[in-house]
Amino acid sequence: MRITNRKPSRPTAFLLGLIPFLGVLIAYAVASHTRRLENPADKLLPSLADMGAAFMRMAFEADRRSGNYLLWLDTWDSLWRLGSGMLISTAIALILGISIGFVAHVRSGLAPFVATFSLIPPITILPILFIIFGLGEVSKIMLIVIGTAPVMVRGVSQAVMDIPREMIIKAETLGASVWQMVTRVVLPQTLPQLITALRLGLVPAWIFLVSAEAIASTSGLGYRIFLVRRYLAMDVILPYVAWITLLAFIIDRLLRLLSKRAFPWHHLKGDSL
Amino acid sequence: MSAPAQIRVRDLSMSYGPCLVLERVNLEVEQGSFCTIVGASGCGKSTFLRLLLSQETPTRGTIELNGTALPPEPTPDRGIVFQRYSVFPHLCVEDNLIMASEFEAARWTGRLFGGARKAAREAVRDTLDRIGLTAARHRYPAQLSGGMQQRLAIAQALLKKPDILLLDEPFGALDPGIRADMHELLLGLWEELSMTVFMVTHDINEAFKLGTRMLVFDKLRHDPHAPEAFGATVTYDLPLTNDRANDQESTRPSLDELLPSRPHP
Repeated sequence: MRITNRKPSRPTAFLLGLIPFLGVLIAYAVASHTRRLENPADKLLPSLADMGAAFMRMAFEADRRSGNYLLWLDTWDSLWRLGSGMLISTAIALILGISIGFVAHVRSGLAPFVATFSLIPPITILPILFIIFGLGEVSKIMLIVIGTAPVMVRGVSQAVMDIPREMIIKAETLGASVWQMVTRVVLPQTLPQLITALRLGLVPAWIFLVSAEAIASTSGLGYRIFLVRRYLAMDVILPYVAWITLLAFIIDRLLRLLSKRAFPWHHLKGDSL
Repeated sequence: MSAPAQIRVRDLSMSYGPCLVLERVNLEVEQGSFCTIVGASGCGKSTFLRLLLSQETPTRGTIELNGTALPPEPTPDRGIVFQRYSVFPHLCVEDNLIMASEFEAARWTGRLFGGARKAAREAVRDTLDRIGLTAARHRYPAQLSGGMQQRLAIAQALLKKPDILLLDEPFGALDPGIRADMHELLLGLWEELSMTVFMVTHDINEAFKLGTRMLVFDKLRHDPHAPEAFGATVTYDLPLTNDRANDQESTRPSLDELLPSRPHP
C-alpha cells in the first residue's frame, strides 16, 4: 500500500513521535561526554546529571539570600504576567474581532488601523512602555498585549468574516436581532477560532515575556536565564529553557483539549494539530 | 387568476459593476403558487432569489409584496433554504429547530433555559417526527447525511411560518432516490401551509414535477464579443397542470428547447 494511505497505530504513532526527542537527547549526551573527556570542568555542555542537580536545587532548595524557592517563584511570576497579558489580549481580540468582522462600518473604521498597528515591531515599543508605565508589572503585561492582540484581532475578525453569509441570513429570517446573531451565531462559531488565535498568540507572547523580564525585572523565568548567563551557568539555563518549553507545551495542549471538549462540533471533520 | 398578485416584480434589473445579470424582469405571482425557476448556469436564477430575499437590492425596478415594497433586509416572512450552509453547525438538530422561538422569547440572551427550553423542545417533537430526525435529534449537522441536513433546513425555514419559501437548488447535492422523498415532503408542506414557493433548480424534471408554474430565465439578446452586456429575463412563463399523476415525462420539453439562444455544442 502507498505510504500516504497507511496510518500508524497508536503505539507506533507514539514511538514515532518519541524518536526525534530521543535523537536530540542522545546527540546532546554524546557531545557533552566528548567535551568533558577533554575538559572535566567544561561549562558549555554540562552533563544531564549536572543539569538535573541544578534543576533540583532551583526547585527544592531555598535560595540562601532570599529564602525563596526560585524555580517556583520565577514560574509563578512569569505565568502571572503571561496570563494577565493573554487574558487582556483575548478580551480585546474577541470584542474588536467580532465588531470588525461582523459590522462593515466598524471594519472600515478600524481594520486599516489594526493592520498598521500589528506591523509595529512590539519590542521597539518596550522603551516607551518603560518610560510611561515604569519598570513594574504593567509595562511587561502591556508589551505582551501590544505584541499579541493586533494579530489575534485580525485572526478573529477573519474567522467572523469566514462564517458563511448564508448562516447570517438564515438567522435573520428566523427573526434574530443583531445582538442575538452575535451571541447565538457569530460568537459560538468564533470561539474555537479564538482558541486557535490564543494558541498562536502564545508563541510570541513568551518571546515578549522573556524579553521584558530580561531587560528589567527582579524575578521571572526570563530574568533568571539572563541573570545566570553572567556565570555561564548552562546547567541552569538549559533546564530553564526546557521548563519554559514544557509549560508552553502543556498550556497549548490544555487549550486544544478545551476546544475539543467545549466545541465538539468544530472537531467533527478531520484531524487538527 | 383573478386573485390580486402577492408578489409584483416590475422592470427589475440587476448588475454587478459592468456585468448585467438580470434585465427588465416583470412578473406577478399569486399567493400559493409553486414557481420553479430554471435556466442555464450563471443566468441570474439565484440572483433573482437573493433579490426576493432582500439579500441584495436591485439596481433598477421594484419588488412588491402584498402591495408594499420589500423591506431592505431579510425578514421572517420569507424563509430560505440554501444548497449548503443552511443549518447552524454548532447546534444539534433539536437546538437548530428551537432557535426561532428562542430568538422570540429571549431578547437579550437569545436562549431558553430550564422548563421553557424543555417546552420548546417538546413543541418541535412533531416536526422532528415529520422530517424523520427524531432519532438523530441530538446529533450535530456534520453528523447527518446530505438529505437529513436538507430536511432539517426545510423544517427550520418553515419555523416562522413564512408567506414565501425560497429554495436555492436545495436538492442539488442529493441522490436521485433521496430527492424523490424530499419532493414528497416539500409538496406535503406546501399544500398544508398554503405558502408561495420559489425554487431554483437545475433539474428540469424536478421543475415540471413540483411546480404549478415554471419560469425560464434566459438572455434575449447575445453579444458574442461582450457576453456581459445583456442580462437574462423570464423568457418562458409556463403554467403547469397540477395533475401530477398523468404527467408524462416524455411530453416535456427539454431545457435545450427552452433555451434557444444557447449555442448547441
